[in-house]
Amino acid sequence: MSARDVVITGIGLVSSLGEGAERHWEVLRAPGAKPVYDADIFHPYTIHPLPEIEWGQQIAKRGDQRQMETWQRLGTYTAGVALGDAGAKDDEQLLATMDMIVAAGGGERDVNVDQAILDAALSRNDRDVLLNEKLTTELRPTLFLAQLSNLLAGNISIVHKVTGSSRTFMGEEGAGVSAIETAVARIRSGQSSHVLVGGAFQTEHPDMLLAYELGGFLHRKRWKSIWKRAANDGGGVITGSGAAFLVLETREHAEARGARIYAVIERVASGRSKRADGNLSDAISGLVRALDLPEDQLLAISGASGAHVATGAERSALASAGKFAVRGFSSLTGHMKEAQFPFAIALAALAIHNNAPYPPFDAENESELNGGPVDAALATAIGYSRFEGAALVVKA
Amino acid sequence: MSSNTDHLGRPIVAITGIGLVTSLGQGIKDNWAALTAGRSGIHPITRFPTDHLSTTISGTVDFLASSNKGASALTYELAELAAREAVSGASLNVNDFAGPLFLASPPIELDWHERLSLYDTADLTQPVYERLLAAAREHMRSDTFEASQFGSIADRLSDRFGARGLPITLSTACASGATAIQLGVEAIQRGETSRALAIGADGSATAEALIRFSLLSALSTQNENPEKASKPFSKDRDGFVLAEGGAALVLESLESAKARGAKVLGILKGCGEKADDFHRTRSKPDGSPAIAAVRAAIADAGLHEDEIDYVNAHGTSTPENDKMEHLSLSTVFGERIKQMPISSNKSMIGHTLSAAGAVEAVVSVLTMQHGVIPPTINYDVPDPAIELDVVPNVKRDASVSSVLSNSFGFGGQNACLVMTREPV
Repeated sequence: MSARDVVITGIGLVSSLGEGAERHWEVLRAPGAKPVYDADIFHPYTIHPLPEIEWGQQIAKRGDQRQMETWQRLGTYTAGVALGDAGAKDDEQLLATMDMIVAAGGGERDVNVDQAILDAALSRNDRDVLLNEKLTTELRPTLFLAQLSNLLAGNISIVHKVTGSSRTFMGEEGAGVSAIETAVARIRSGQSSHVLVGGAFQTEHPDMLLAYELGGFLHRKRWKSIWKRAANDGGGVITGSGAAFLVLETREHAEARGARIYAVIERVASGRSKRADGNLSDAISGLVRALDLPEDQLLAISGASGAHVATGAERSALASAGKFAVRGFSSLTGHMKEAQFPFAIALAALAIHNNAPYPPFDAENESELNGGPVDAALATAIGYSRFEGAALVVKA
Repeated sequence: MSSNTDHLGRPIVAITGIGLVTSLGQGIKDNWAALTAGRSGIHPITRFPTDHLSTTISGTVDFLASSNKGASALTYELAELAAREAVSGASLNVNDFAGPLFLASPPIELDWHERLSLYDTADLTQPVYERLLAAAREHMRSDTFEASQFGSIADRLSDRFGARGLPITLSTACASGATAIQLGVEAIQRGETSRALAIGADGSATAEALIRFSLLSALSTQNENPEKASKPFSKDRDGFVLAEGGAALVLESLESAKARGAKVLGILKGCGEKADDFHRTRSKPDGSPAIAAVRAAIADAGLHEDEIDYVNAHGTSTPENDKMEHLSLSTVFGERIKQMPISSNKSMIGHTLSAAGAVEAVVSVLTMQHGVIPPTINYDVPDPAIELDVVPNVKRDASVSSVLSNSFGFGGQNACLVMTREPV
């Protein structure tokens, strides 16, 4: 135990399962938790939709809400939940010195404008001129900002007054891994005392599905757990809208302000294995070894996406270690891309904080954790296409 | 040993390699010659038709193999060229850099040409949302997939240069290049690595990008004389000129640079940042966040305001930025600001967005090395509200031992760097 331990003091979660750390704990600790999904709206793809959200609870001004597309609104909202959970909401001084790292995607384009261009282009040879014509007249001027990657962080600054610093990382799951890893490294080394870190993903937009399907990654048949999706049913990924934000700080900083501590992020490991070489499973084993995990059987909160190659490699790497009770939460939430790693860490912290494991989310493919206290857990995010991350979360 | 650590006991970070590509040319040599000659790289747009556009000029990089191959391909090439020059200039192996990579690059979106070509193959009897998706899964073009992934450019660059670990791709809008450098500096200061490769690259000057900034009234519409359009701090400035470029810096602990006998080009002495919570595109009227970022960078460098010789301005040529930058600088430097040289490289290069902070850091290093300050060109009608020595129109010989380089961006981003010629 050290004053510079990186502790989690605030958790904000939103997924199809609901909102908030407590809600997620309650749903997921109950045996036989059922997914919430919609198989119709983007048929043949299944998605896990956003729950009902009262945006005004975290984004008071309707004017602010209107300046954001759903992805930014979701992230800004969830960041507010995390800040509230950390007891940081009204502490101006704390917020003005709080650093921020957001793992962002972006690109929530105007579907109607795009579709009008696509349709008009079918009968035009001067397509570049058509683009100018349509985009200059039909784009909403502020849409650019409302879907721009770094403006999720920008809106968090405006709405929640987090202004110590603002950094946005991009790059699918890897962005979430780097965001957590950088935040932890900065705090541990004394470069920062407290950081808001997280990400959001809003899947209910055809372009968000397109970015997976250009690589053939989406599952196209009825919902199944991530471990059961067959190769002839598509690429294995079912996406979900959701977000995860964490407030991280030094133990010293948290204790000085009397904050509740969920858990400690003990170690983070990241990697960029060369997937084409076909040894991802070995790379994941190496990543897990680098965390220097406890000997005992361990809860593993897996961010596996369902993508066949990456999920298969993670499964075999974890199975070969012979000690993990794996919980693939994406079976229930869907894959939340940039938010995947922060979400995994949040679920690990909740199990440790409550000193109880989650029951298997897929009883045929996930084993029970044998008794004893839950004082440590592994969290993973192995990218569906590239980049890998894992962390050891331990009892405070 | 103590000479290798700074006032806070951290490893001193040296710059041992630099690389640059802009509309002025490829490589340090050509860019420096153009910048000191006061030459503009701004020209009429030829990459795409300009019908219906209110701005028809830009600083696009049109002379590369990827110049017409979309934002993703061009951004990669700009980054690759700049990084190759920086790494080889640092006498390091361009295939085995063996340090982490930090890439500032624009948020990417599927190129319109790809989207349209996908739609040409679509089945129009399907529901609207499903047409592109079905076409995508039937054709499975790996290039198109890679161009839709935010992490792909940094991944390729890591392969190309043998960078270590998970590369970080970041965006802090127009401050991105400075943030990439800051991340590299911090990694070295934490002792995680003895060197880092920081790159800013932006090849995203598409028609849609231009239109988006036009709709926000951010761009100059002085199309008649393109090379005269970017006029930072002038009274008749009317917006920035969209541009492309790439810049790279090899950052290295001074200890490591000395140990391998590398030439030290400059010292990355301090970094400062502060977010603005006022508005999505406008800064707080009192300038306090930019002021805080400037002060934080100078303090982080262990210097006093009086010890800054020159400011490499953000200087975009928008009415708002230049006014606010003047306010911030005059608050920090007081009366002395009227005598301090301050120039904007953007008067010649235009605004390279995600690359700008890195481009200007490289030019700052050259400024100290050569003892020559590149001018702010097109300074014909001074703004009486902005009393600054902008090094008007003609380069100036001056011994510059320290530079403050400012970067400010949409979304409340403020990042400042302090560089010095000597370690102490």
